[in-house]
Amino acid sequence: MRARIVLLVVTLVVAVSACSSGSGGSANGTKTITLVSHDSFAASKAVLRAFTRQTGWKVRVLKNGDAGTALNQVILTKDAPLGDAFFGVDNTFLTRALDANVFARYHANGSDAIPKALRLDPTDHATTIDFGDVCVNADKKAFAARFEFRPKTLEDLTDPKYRNLLVVENPATSSTGLAFVAATVAHFGDHWLDYWDRLRANGVKVVDGWEQAYNGEFSGAAGSKGTRPLVVSYASSPPAEVYFADPQPTVAPTVSLDATCFRQVEFAGVLRGAAHPDGARKLIDFILTQRFQRDMPLQMFVDPAVPNTPLPPVFQKFATVPADPFTLSPSEIGRHRATWIKDWTAHVLR
Amino acid sequence: MLRVAGVSVHYGSVVAVDRVDLTVADGEIGAVLGPSGSGKTSLLRAVAGLEPVASGTVTWDATDVTAVPPHRRDFGLMFQDHALFDHRDVLGNVTFGLRMRGDRTEARADRAREMLDLVGLTGYEHRRIDELSGGEQQRVALARALAPRPRLLMLDEPLAAVDRERRTDLASELHRIIRATGTATLLVTHDLDEAFTLADSVVILDHGRVERAGSARAVWRTPGSVRAARFLGVATELTLPIAAGVITTPWGPLPAPDDIGSTAWIGFRPADLRYRAEADAAGAATDEVTGTVRATWFRGDHSVSHIDTAVGALVAVGRDQPPIGTSVAVRADLEAAVILDSERYAEPGL
Amino acid sequence: MIAGLRRNVGGRLGAAVLVLLPLTFLGLFFVWPVGAIMARGLFAHGSLDLGPIDDAFRDPALRHVAWFTAWQATLSTIATLAIALPATAVLSRFRFAGRALVIAGLTMPFVLPTVVVATAFRGLGVDGSLAAILLAHAFFNVAVVVRVVGAAWVGLDPRAEDAARTLGAGPVRTFTAVTLPALRPAIAAAASIVFLFCFTSFGVILILGGPRFATLETEIYRATAQLLDLRTAAALSVIQLLAVGVALLVASAAAGRSRRVSRTVATGRQISALREWAVLGAALAPAAVLVGWPLLALVRRSFAHGGSGYSNLTTTPGGASSSGLHALGTSVEIALVAATLATGLGLALAIAITRPRGRRRGGRRVVARLTESLAVLPLGVSAVTVGFGFLVVFDTPPFDLRTSWWIIPIAHALVALPFVVRATVPPLRSVDPHQREAAALLGAGPARVWREIDARIAARAATVAAGFAFAISLGEFGATLFIVRPETTTAPVAIFRFLARPGATNIDQAMALATLLACVTGIVALAGERVMPGRRSI
Repeated sequence: MRARIVLLVVTLVVAVSACSSGSGGSANGTKTITLVSHDSFAASKAVLRAFTRQTGWKVRVLKNGDAGTALNQVILTKDAPLGDAFFGVDNTFLTRALDANVFARYHANGSDAIPKALRLDPTDHATTIDFGDVCVNADKKAFAARFEFRPKTLEDLTDPKYRNLLVVENPATSSTGLAFVAATVAHFGDHWLDYWDRLRANGVKVVDGWEQAYNGEFSGAAGSKGTRPLVVSYASSPPAEVYFADPQPTVAPTVSLDATCFRQVEFAGVLRGAAHPDGARKLIDFILTQRFQRDMPLQMFVDPAVPNTPLPPVFQKFATVPADPFTLSPSEIGRHRATWIKDWTAHVLR
Repeated sequence: MLRVAGVSVHYGSVVAVDRVDLTVADGEIGAVLGPSGSGKTSLLRAVAGLEPVASGTVTWDATDVTAVPPHRRDFGLMFQDHALFDHRDVLGNVTFGLRMRGDRTEARADRAREMLDLVGLTGYEHRRIDELSGGEQQRVALARALAPRPRLLMLDEPLAAVDRERRTDLASELHRIIRATGTATLLVTHDLDEAFTLADSVVILDHGRVERAGSARAVWRTPGSVRAARFLGVATELTLPIAAGVITTPWGPLPAPDDIGSTAWIGFRPADLRYRAEADAAGAATDEVTGTVRATWFRGDHSVSHIDTAVGALVAVGRDQPPIGTSVAVRADLEAAVILDSERYAEPGL
Repeated sequence: MIAGLRRNVGGRLGAAVLVLLPLTFLGLFFVWPVGAIMARGLFAHGSLDLGPIDDAFRDPALRHVAWFTAWQATLSTIATLAIALPATAVLSRFRFAGRALVIAGLTMPFVLPTVVVATAFRGLGVDGSLAAILLAHAFFNVAVVVRVVGAAWVGLDPRAEDAARTLGAGPVRTFTAVTLPALRPAIAAAASIVFLFCFTSFGVILILGGPRFATLETEIYRATAQLLDLRTAAALSVIQLLAVGVALLVASAAAGRSRRVSRTVATGRQISALREWAVLGAALAPAAVLVGWPLLALVRRSFAHGGSGYSNLTTTPGGASSSGLHALGTSVEIALVAATLATGLGLALAIAITRPRGRRRGGRRVVARLTESLAVLPLGVSAVTVGFGFLVVFDTPPFDLRTSWWIIPIAHALVALPFVVRATVPPLRSVDPHQREAAALLGAGPARVWREIDARIAARAATVAAGFAFAISLGEFGATLFIVRPETTTAPVAIFRFLARPGATNIDQAMALATLLACVTGIVALAGERVMPGRRSI
């Protein structure tokens, strides 16, 4: 009995202390702004500290699930936003954010330097921050052992020679998967579903999320038990394989196929109804500075949107930026997204 | 002194106890005797405060305790199934009430040892409940009930769970222990032996109502009703005429009580009628009735026989077991006869 | 008279608090948020619109989803029982060295994040099939059967079986005629929990089943989190709740009246003969292989690259808010609080439901049944619905709990509450009323009676329940992901985030952290066995 009471007291003490340590911060004078984002958001501590030094604002980051989920939470809570700024809506979901009117208008300092092709919101609500390319990745070793050539184009993937080699993500649950579907729409137009029928006939495998596809099914991932040498991933995955290996190899074990890429552009914005709009605007400005942009490749494995940002050596050596990726306008994606997913599900899964 | 006045217990529309009165004086053992379903356990639970009373009062000395919750009544109850706490050992059970009272540990242990000595379980302190025999459990239950020195001890069928050969021993032991502590005791039972061996006064309960109440001796001699008489062991029933204040029985005249009209109902318990085989003597004596054996049971030290005679069917005891159909002579102990007014108790089927 | 009056008032007040506290908790943290999020889907322009439900019923694809949900849950429950019951039998009836370890081991899967288990199961080469779903469900739920049925089995009065044997029943006949009927309430309780788990299963379906398989739960998730189609989500939630309600009714009918548990605990036979060891091995083998294989695979994988996954757990990776080890600490802290909350509230509810009554009134019994059902309902609601509901309703200061530390243990307690109630109600119902009365007559007031009698008898169940609540909190992922804060990154969330990045060091850390998480659970289960009140436990 006594032991249990002691346990209870200990529990409560732990609880209370944990509680107080969690909610502290605003008391000691520094002002804190809250950045809402998705699970993939990452930034160096040093970079965030630099922001605090420059502006006096501390940043607290709330990660709310994958990109789609995080955005939906922002939309659901727009009457009483969870934070001051939101980072992480991409061009496949941009219209959903803009239609829900979650962002306040703001023309960030430095956004004029960003190439026109990447500035997809002319109304100045969503600020372009970075981009990345969703591409089919290939396991070099597996291909070297079994084939003369690696596939290059989307059409190659339906070649019976490459039967049962590709794994893709479900566009209903994965933004990577949705981007790849967008690539096929951009390339094949009205006949994109025929292409998927051919892919299905050629043994494409569908899984729900990127990590299952990449770590579970793809043979090129480090330590993977996967058996498929082709996966829908990112142009930045090969440098990541090198960067996270210990010791680092001199040659990337995987390669991204430049002719299969769809460009994802990622945005941030000041949330409407933010408690600290001032700090939020400063943060958006800061994200477009070299200090932050330079940090992004190795944190989030994306390419900085601001031109001439120096890239880390591992990116310079192992990453390629496709010259001519597939693109679709956000409004076109917004109009058709639901139908695409429905039709795709009917053709590929059922 | 316990006084129960007009107590009724209802279960929905069922009246389990119907306006019962009874008293138990200090140092006295009172018994409530009745067949199963007569409401005796409900009455006991009402006295204990475990069952709410629909009407009537329970008083101790001059204090009304009807609304006092069970744990403040200072009444002890020994349950029929003992209801021992088998998550505690013998000592834990016996000291339970003392702990509730807030006695010090040593005082508790002393009192428990005293109680265990009293019930003959010296050294059993740390035995587990499920290691004890039925008789030992019964004695632990008694020690537990007595340990806090309750002002009233209640026993629910105290010997029901005890094997037959131990019953007589335990009954007298129980008697000794209760007398030794001088606690007012209320006993409920369906067992005649149990009631008349232990009790000073007896209440006969039937269908929730009191049939007869009085000293054990008086109740035994004059049960007050045919139903009560049958319950108290009367097996032979004769209806005989009264002339000039005298009942004419086949065994000779018997003075009739004053309050009886023209016909008497005479009852005998088997032990009060004795038969002998006619072959033993030259013929029936004048104080004997002859008849034919219809059925007979061997009971060890005696036999019981059903005998058809001119006056009616008799149930009598004898030393031998006569063959069925043979003729026997029956002698009666007229002093032990139960006499009732046959007019008043004319319900034959009752 | 006055004393009696006071007792009544005090008793009623106490009873009212016992019921109101947990009901308020459920109302505030379950009914309100879930109701709010569903109202957004079902109230179009200010009036109730049941069109979406109708649409859902008419849509053949969704009808197929609903059918498959029930079908796979039924099969999974049967598979789980088939694998777990023999193991439960020998663990309840035999004593042998390592018994506690086996029980702890069988409990470990319960907390493992699905993502991690999936990697181990993939090695079996059955993924993407119904078999994979069934095996994984059995893997996760063996613990439920071993715990819930085992607790009842150990408490069975062995004399009833002895009696059957003397009446001429052979061992098999004794089992079917005496043991099995006596275990029926426990088996029904365990089966209903397993069924609900499988019915609302999420990760297993998505990851092991693959996108070809869809259940109501995964469709609710897709509709809410991905498509923001609250209409469809609300309609599906209503259908899921209805189905769960029906399942609970069936389970409670199948359970029949709960029996009185004997307080003489079977001592269990010490194993000696070779033949008995063989029986033991045969009965344990299916469960041991099913649970052991993926666990061993996980542990082996976690030591790849010389165990660097473990050493890296102390460092904070770039972009993460804390190290893996810190996340584990957070998880344990949260689990302690969540288990305390769930056990306290669940016990209060269980006491209120089973409180002995002077007068038998049918009305109160109905209220008790309803309360019990309400407490189990959180099992039937998708984590994403609860998570999004929290975001929608707790948004006004000072009740802006969305960013509070407390919201996570509260959410976990909500998930664990049904287990605590389910585990503690039967033993409390089984308390012999005579023992309560005996204690009262010996001078114990109502509270004291509860402490001395009910608490002792319910303690074993409460300890089991608290352990379960702790494990559930440790492994909870679905709801946590939506409400997690930088300070409150739990181990499953950290594992998920490690796995969401490419590269060996991340996977190593994920596997190492998952192994540690499983170990913590195993240790807690083992410790629970040690401190478990009562002489013997399962």
